Amino acid sequence: MNILVVDDELDVRALFEQRFRREIRGGQMRFAFAHSGEEALDYLHQHASEVVLILSDINMPGMSGLELLGRIRQEYPAPPPPAPPRVMMLTAYADEASRRQALEMGASDFLTKPVDFIALKQKLLQLAAQDDDHAYENENSGS
Amino acid sequence: MALYQPDTIRIRSKFYSNDIVVTRQDSANATVSLSPTKPDQDSTYKLRQNVEKGVTNSGINVLFLVAISIPLVRGMGRFINIKERLPAWGTLYARFWILGVAYYLGMMALDLQHTKADDFYVLLVLGLMIAVLALVRDYRPARTLLLGLVPLAVTKGGELLLHAVAPATLDFYHEGFSSAQGFSVLWLIVFSFVARSHKRQAEAERLEREAAALEKRRIEAQNAILEQMVAERTTSLTRQTGELRETLEELRITQDQLIQSEKMASLGELTAGIAHEIQNPLNFVTNFADVSGELLDELEEEQQRPTRDLALESELLNNLRQNLTKITHHGHRAASIVRGMLEHSRASTGERMPTDLNQLADEYLRLAYHGLRAKNKSFNATLRTDLAPDLPLVEAVGPDVGRVLLNLFTNAFYAVQQRREQLPDADAYVPTVSVSTRALPEGGVEIRVRDNGTGIPEAARQKIFQPFFTTKPAGEGTGLGLSLSYDIITKGHNGTLSLETEEGKGTEFIIELPG
Repeated sequence: MNILVVDDELDVRALFEQRFRREIRGGQMRFAFAHSGEEALDYLHQHASEVVLILSDINMPGMSGLELLGRIRQEYPAPPPPAPPRVMMLTAYADEASRRQALEMGASDFLTKPVDFIALKQKLLQLAAQDDDHAYENENSGS
Repeated sequence: MALYQPDTIRIRSKFYSNDIVVTRQDSANATVSLSPTKPDQDSTYKLRQNVEKGVTNSGINVLFLVAISIPLVRGMGRFINIKERLPAWGTLYARFWILGVAYYLGMMALDLQHTKADDFYVLLVLGLMIAVLALVRDYRPARTLLLGLVPLAVTKGGELLLHAVAPATLDFYHEGFSSAQGFSVLWLIVFSFVARSHKRQAEAERLEREAAALEKRRIEAQNAILEQMVAERTTSLTRQTGELRETLEELRITQDQLIQSEKMASLGELTAGIAHEIQNPLNFVTNFADVSGELLDELEEEQQRPTRDLALESELLNNLRQNLTKITHHGHRAASIVRGMLEHSRASTGERMPTDLNQLADEYLRLAYHGLRAKNKSFNATLRTDLAPDLPLVEAVGPDVGRVLLNLFTNAFYAVQQRREQLPDADAYVPTVSVSTRALPEGGVEIRVRDNGTGIPEAARQKIFQPFFTTKPAGEGTGLGLSLSYDIITKGHNGTLSLETEEGKGTEFIIELPG
């Protein structure tokens, strides 16, 4: 499963790579990193079908996480496949209004900082399993 | 006069006629003119007795002269006001009559049958008068009178002298002396009048002087009163000045307190932002520490294995080392934010240091945003930063410029929030606050803080940098933010703070700092 992490904090990369080192080593997850909404869009344009999940911070200089979400939902509307990437929002401000706004704009989840990596890992593994299932199903249906 | 003296007969011709005058002087010095009985006959002379006639006449003359000299002398004394001018002589002078009486009595007692005793008395009186007048010669009427008296005294003295030395010559020039004396008396009279007019003049001048002196005294008295008033006024003014200075000092203290409380108020606004900004590095610290623990566990596990994966071990060790660096880095980051907060609250040292305005702008934009978010959870805004990567460092007082930026950001957020509340269709509006920096071609740095908020109405634009001017509801704004910002940029950094605004579109504040 390819995951794009969008955060203006550079050390997020090191943190994710270590937190998910077993999953990365095991090939279950692959991480890509972008430091701004603009960078994330560029990356998506180049690797459109590969990215399954986007984990994005909301408060970033330049394009905010919510704007990025809007752009993605605009550029990648509903299925047919390839399935649009899921977008999970990450923010230090876990107020109800932001959560509702994010979910209304099409975010699949809304997580608060500081990130609970154990919970996140579970969610991601769950998604990875689903993804595998999808892939399996796709393979099956394709075959 | 028992001795017999022969009579002296003198014959002289008058130069103005053909007459021959024959005089006879007897032993008693009485002069007798011998006149021709008939003008035509020049041989027969009749003895004719003249005016002065011996002893008895002289005594009566002296008495008479004493009598008239007393009021004359007194009159002159009064004329020259001797009591004031010569107080020492005054008393003596007033007793003059004693002298006159004594003279007469002395003459009678000594039986001085001298025919010239009267003339001598006159000379004495004249001498006395002249002496007195000479003593007061500074007084102009006295001087005039002196001038009037001198010829009389001279002729009188001359006559007496001649009489003593050469009586015959005197007799010969008797008439000349008489007319000279007559002239000198006339002279005296004329000069008496002149002296009187001089005295009147002097009197008038004196009165004038007295009036002037009186006026002067009056003016002096008035001046004294005025000076007293001035002194009183000066005292009261000095007191008022002192009071004003005290009030000014109090005001200055109050102003300092206001500035400090404004700082503390902005610090209050910052608290949530600071908490958020500290939260980020702290999260990293805990996360990296946490994950390092995991790495160590894995490393130990790896070491327990019979076949050790040395590459993995070295990777884990590398990660551990890297994590320690990151923990230190984020620890420092949190510490620097706390330090910034302390600097912000402390009174500014005013020390200029090379400052990275990009970092400052970024840092304070976040602080302001998070501060507002903490107060109003529903608030959201898009932050844009367009920071020139090659921005030169600027000599600036970091915390002061930070305060200005914080103020501008806070205002910008307030403006977009206001606009959002006013709009019926809030979703179509994306509140945006942006900050951009660029190096100016002529040196120095420009910072622009832009919002797409309500804009500033024309009426408020004029007063926007004035102290205590605020459009915020009572209790929300001190009205000092922009005025302090203006002072910090213009006075503190020789820069400029200007704005461009359009109602309903937004506002842009432009800071220019010289390089």
